[in-house]
Amino acid sequence: MDQSVYWPTVFFWLYAAIACAFGVAVVLSSNIVRMAFYLVLSLAATAGLFFLAGADFVGAMQLLIYVGGTLVLLIFGVMLTSQDRFVSIKTGREELWIAALVGGCLLSMLVWAAVSVPEWKGLDRASAEAVPLEPTAAPLGMGLLGARVDAPDRSGYLLIFEIVSVHLLVVLLGAAYLARARQKRSSAV
Amino acid sequence: MAEFLSQYIYRWLAHSLAAVVHIALLLNLVAVGALMFIWLERKVAGRIQDRLGPTRVGGKFGWLQTLADGLKLITKEDLMPDGADEFLFKIAPYVSFCASFAAIIALPFAGGDMPFVAQHLNIGVFFIIAVLGLEVFGVILAGYSSASKWSLFGAMREAAQVVSYEVPLGLCAVVPVLIAGTMDLVYIGDAQAGPFWNWYLFHDPFTFIVFWVYFTCATASVNRAPFDLAEAESELVAGFHTEYSGLRWSFFFMAEYGSMMAVSLLASILFLGGWHGPVPVAKLLGLTFDNGPLWGYFGNLLGCINVLAKGVLGVTVMMWVRWTLPRLRIDQVITTCLKYCVPIAAACFLGATWWQFMWPNGIWLKSPLAVYELRENWPETGAATPADAVALSTERGAI
Repeated sequence: MDQSVYWPTVFFWLYAAIACAFGVAVVLSSNIVRMAFYLVLSLAATAGLFFLAGADFVGAMQLLIYVGGTLVLLIFGVMLTSQDRFVSIKTGREELWIAALVGGCLLSMLVWAAVSVPEWKGLDRASAEAVPLEPTAAPLGMGLLGARVDAPDRSGYLLIFEIVSVHLLVVLLGAAYLARARQKRSSAV
Repeated sequence: MAEFLSQYIYRWLAHSLAAVVHIALLLNLVAVGALMFIWLERKVAGRIQDRLGPTRVGGKFGWLQTLADGLKLITKEDLMPDGADEFLFKIAPYVSFCASFAAIIALPFAGGDMPFVAQHLNIGVFFIIAVLGLEVFGVILAGYSSASKWSLFGAMREAAQVVSYEVPLGLCAVVPVLIAGTMDLVYIGDAQAGPFWNWYLFHDPFTFIVFWVYFTCATASVNRAPFDLAEAESELVAGFHTEYSGLRWSFFFMAEYGSMMAVSLLASILFLGGWHGPVPVAKLLGLTFDNGPLWGYFGNLLGCINVLAKGVLGVTVMMWVRWTLPRLRIDQVITTCLKYCVPIAAACFLGATWWQFMWPNGIWLKSPLAVYELRENWPETGAATPADAVALSTERGAI
């Protein structure tokens, strides 16, 4: 049975192809809602990659935050830019060059990083099948509360977690402050 | 199932077969469920409005009314408005349906050693809530691509509503997760084993309140009356699905009934004991895996029926509410969410945390069954007498 197809690899290529194809589609499309739709498919395929890697918590997080977040982005995109019935975005020639330059630099840097780190080389099949599937949610939570189970000195991310939480709280309060009614409403609700 | 089959046939074939069986069962749940619920909705609406509802098609109670409706829908012309964005318009119903179907994949229908679940996820609650939130995407695509102001209004309202109600819904769903100490739905369900006072609904006063907040938010997030602003027919013609007809339109309704069932099943697992009934019949009859796989399987089947019955009950209550309460205005909907549901859920979350901290296993609602079992098996605990064993376990918080 060892010569048979290794299905995780097949699904990896499938999800990766979907993610890349729809990523390209986002760039090539000029209609803002279609762009958002392609972006959602691309991000969902990335979530599929996370699930495939056994990181189910991160995968669900990807679905909730990125795919759900694109939804809000879409609403704002439609609400704030809608002049015509269907919004379309045209890109100028200079913008295209700058974007290609920046994107190309980032891509080459990421590819270089991915190939050059020795720990990130793929395992061979026998050792890949031997890796046990472990739940990830509890170690993640412990890590954020300052007790990493995998680190010998138990150093966690409590401070960063608290800073981010307070930051988010400030943002929420600020949003509530900006959105509040300026004067008393005349009619009773 | 895949492991069982791969002893006999190729592994890839076994996995594919197992997947097909799971998908077929769940698709049947959604599709046949929708068929039943539409009939039930008409009957419930009829009874509440003091009339009979469907009576003719398929016998005395009009059982086959939905099938007749479905045939009619298939023969309808598949219309599309002139200015619509064709690709998005056509794909939107399927997006909605996929989201509501994908949520059901992670729902368990029975627990124990061999849970009835298509994909046993360690983070089931989180996954289901994340995926159910995506259903609104199809609605927004439909509203936008229809090139009709009614559709766009409906979609925008739905977006505002669903994004707001995700917050209290998440806060409510976190409370059972907190008590059970896991996001795994199978464990959450099994933690409520035994008679009905072990359900998280009766765990403490805060969870009792949280359940009702959850149910309100779930009703709102699946876009049912009194929160069905997205299709408010008195003002928006039919809201986001104004321009849809025929089978595409019915896909939206399959999605709606599918997600109603999904949130009701989630409620029954999180708060109502899931597959553990008001009376632990399976345990009393000895239908557990201790007595062999076949008996365990029957016990699970009983649990499956139990959880489905609770889900159907939840859906029926949603229908009852729909035909009883008038539709809210959009500002009232958002007020209900942000000024009532979120603070109540947050306060109850803190209260449940405090309760769990003070009395980790409840104070008065001790399970008599657990006490009984402990009295039977007291020598295993190492205590001197049965009474000592119970006292020791109570001290440790084991029962």
